[in-house]
Amino acid sequence: AFAAANDKYPEEAFKAKSEADAIKALYGKTAEASDKVKLDAPEIAENGAVVPVSVTTTLPDVTSISFLVSENPVVLVASYKIPAGTMPSVANRIKMAKTSNVIVVVEAGGKVYSTTKEVKVTVGGCGG
Amino acid sequence: ATLAGSLPRLARSADSAYDLDRFGNARILHMTDTHAQLKPVYFREPSVNIGIGSMQGNPPHLVGKAFLDRFGIRPDSADAYAFTSIEFEKGAGRFGKLGGFAHLKTLIDRLRSDVGAGRSLLLDGGDLWQGTGLANAMQGADMVDAANLLGIEAMTGHWEFTYGEQVLRDNLERFKGEFLAQNVFLTEEAAFNDAKAFDPASGRVFKPSVIKDIGGHRVAVIGQAFPYVPIAHPKRFTPDWKFGIRDEELQKLVDGHRNNDKVDAVILLSHNGMDVDLKLASRVTGIDVILGGHTHDAVPQPITVANAGGVTLVTNAGSNGKYLAVLDLDIAKGKVANVRYRLLPVFSELLKPDLAMQALIEKAREPHAAAWGDKIAAADRLLYRRGNFSGTMDQLICDALRGELHAEIALSPGFRWGTTALAGQPLTMEDVLAQTAITYPETYVATMTGAQIKDVLEDVCDNLFNPDPYYQQGGDMVRVGGLSYACTPSETVGKRISELKLNGGRTLEAGKSYKVAGWASVNEQKGTPVWDVVASHLRSGKPPNRDAPGVTLKGVDGNPGITAQQ
Amino acid sequence: MPSTIRVRATSNGDITEVQALIQHPMDSGFVKDAKGEIISPHFIQQLTFEYDGKNVFAANWGGGVSKDPYVKFAFKGGKKGDDLKISWIDNKGATDTTTAKIQ
Ligand SMILES: [Mn+2]
Ligand SMILES: [Mn+2]
Repeated sequence: AFAAANDKYPEEAFKAKSEADAIKALYGKTAEASDKVKLDAPEIAENGAVVPVSVTTTLPDVTSISFLVSENPVVLVASYKIPAGTMPSVANRIKMAKTSNVIVVVEAGGKVYSTTKEVKVTVGGCGG
Repeated sequence: ATLAGSLPRLARSADSAYDLDRFGNARILHMTDTHAQLKPVYFREPSVNIGIGSMQGNPPHLVGKAFLDRFGIRPDSADAYAFTSIEFEKGAGRFGKLGGFAHLKTLIDRLRSDVGAGRSLLLDGGDLWQGTGLANAMQGADMVDAANLLGIEAMTGHWEFTYGEQVLRDNLERFKGEFLAQNVFLTEEAAFNDAKAFDPASGRVFKPSVIKDIGGHRVAVIGQAFPYVPIAHPKRFTPDWKFGIRDEELQKLVDGHRNNDKVDAVILLSHNGMDVDLKLASRVTGIDVILGGHTHDAVPQPITVANAGGVTLVTNAGSNGKYLAVLDLDIAKGKVANVRYRLLPVFSELLKPDLAMQALIEKAREPHAAAWGDKIAAADRLLYRRGNFSGTMDQLICDALRGELHAEIALSPGFRWGTTALAGQPLTMEDVLAQTAITYPETYVATMTGAQIKDVLEDVCDNLFNPDPYYQQGGDMVRVGGLSYACTPSETVGKRISELKLNGGRTLEAGKSYKVAGWASVNEQKGTPVWDVVASHLRSGKPPNRDAPGVTLKGVDGNPGITAQQ
Repeated sequence: MPSTIRVRATSNGDITEVQALIQHPMDSGFVKDAKGEIISPHFIQQLTFEYDGKNVFAANWGGGVSKDPYVKFAFKGGKKGDDLKISWIDNKGATDTTTAKIQ
């Protein structure tokens, strides 16, 4: 059985069709861009079904990290709780239907920060 | 580092052409993208190599006269023939073929003995094992032998990966140099399954770099493999590996060599392609010189790129064995004080072939010589491939695909390798294989809608003309047969391709289905290998199709990446 | 039945690094099968990592997480030989739980 005492699953946030709506549903506020949030994602995805993305931040008092893909039918992909004592750093793998911005949101000290990177999903075709 | 180089005046004499002034205290020789061309070749450089955005008008996006002007090359000279497409056939008659490993061997030995033992290094930038029927049949083993005899001390890779992990590892077992790739990592699954890796902790599959002693100075050489192997080629060849540019990991590596290993110089042996290297050089600090390949740009002088730590020189050394780069470094304690760079065209007629290499090549070719040596047809005109949108050789392949597979439209990949055939020259199976020899040669016939065809063209076009080089992959545009279109390179993806028309002028309709033939699909196919399709088309003796390639360019008037002669 | 969850947890004395790889289709509900019919949504919604009676990491996932999900994080503390408990529940109510020893 699923034993852990977790918070309620954020149903509404996982129905949002835009990143702003998803962030609002998750955090109740808008995110401000921050260069202290470092998103590592490939420029060109090797496989849109499995895109490795990770985030790390130097912001203090991080409580949550979320991943969003703006062109996906459901924009919110994953949202992680970071309890005290856990490092503000997560790696995971996400699906991307097509070329899109990947947005990572970090909740720290009660504020919400974000950073964005475009990841290209292509049929390929080679050259040199 | 500062650039103090200029092009050597090539005298047309075997004795003086390759006498270089002595400079500095360490000589690095760099070759790249030979594509297994063991014998001397004709290879016509592009007449269309368009740069857009910040790349417009800058090397490597210069062709023809603009190229000569930028690099101070005399028109009508041997160098003009080697570096541009201007009057190619005339130049071919005067100056002959270039490259060939027996000739390269002679030149390399001479340039190394000129500076004395222990003062030079020979590096190969990859695409060494693929490009001929022989290399394909031997899965690159012939090229490992040639590389060992040539004395290559380190290499990185691209097409090498298309033989799959087992063959790659078997070949590397026999390779006497180092295979370097800082940007290849195990997938998460492979790491969980304890797949073989150079460094299991980081998941790095190959040794990332090596420190060489050259004349008492410590030089770090870092390998950068082609970042997009699993996208540009079938993923099944490299299921356990992830690639990418990974400039953050690269920065850590450079910093480690500088701060902990106390090296005097850092060289990046790169298969990124030149535009990617130019951007990387602006972001990563601490690299003295990037010795680049992949985009097959023959750039005679390094490009100086400023970054937060100083400057980095970026080079690209052409393809097909046509050139040997000579990087002479004046190394002081902990830094490169000065640099001289030359990209020497390897004029085969000026170099006596090395006998041992010649014997090795003949022995390797012998089992296939009879089968591949017969004349199938004669070249009806100059047959070349290189160029952003089309080449006569690819038109021939598209004709073969449409004719033999009874398709309305043909698609053929925009590869930058493949040699040039002069008009009237006999074409053999070996020549056909030099355009087609890959490990996924199967042809296909598919039904595609007009919208799907446009999407493919848009996608490939973005790989070529995305204003951010990190989103490019470094090929040329997919070639089309039976179809014409207009292209606006400066537009954004989805808006570059317009006016799609079938032969005869009918508009390609988005919702209608068309029969399309092609080859080199990243999806598994079961059709006849493309070389057999092309050979059978040539044997059929059908009159050559002389239609002009149907690509109209828009918004690039005055771009020095296009010559008037197409 | 073997667990769907594979875990690697390694401690360097100060920090425990955790990687997990889970077998799950993670069907988003937006993909059609070969017959053109929508494959109904089936994905893990919640995943927790518990150490010493406390959650050290918890995930809320949608169908946009890749098939056979992978996640990596690290937490302070965690002793070699101690247990880490990992559990998930998907949108159909299926669950799995495993414990892994920190190495
Ligand atoms: Mn190449
Ligand atoms: Mn290449």
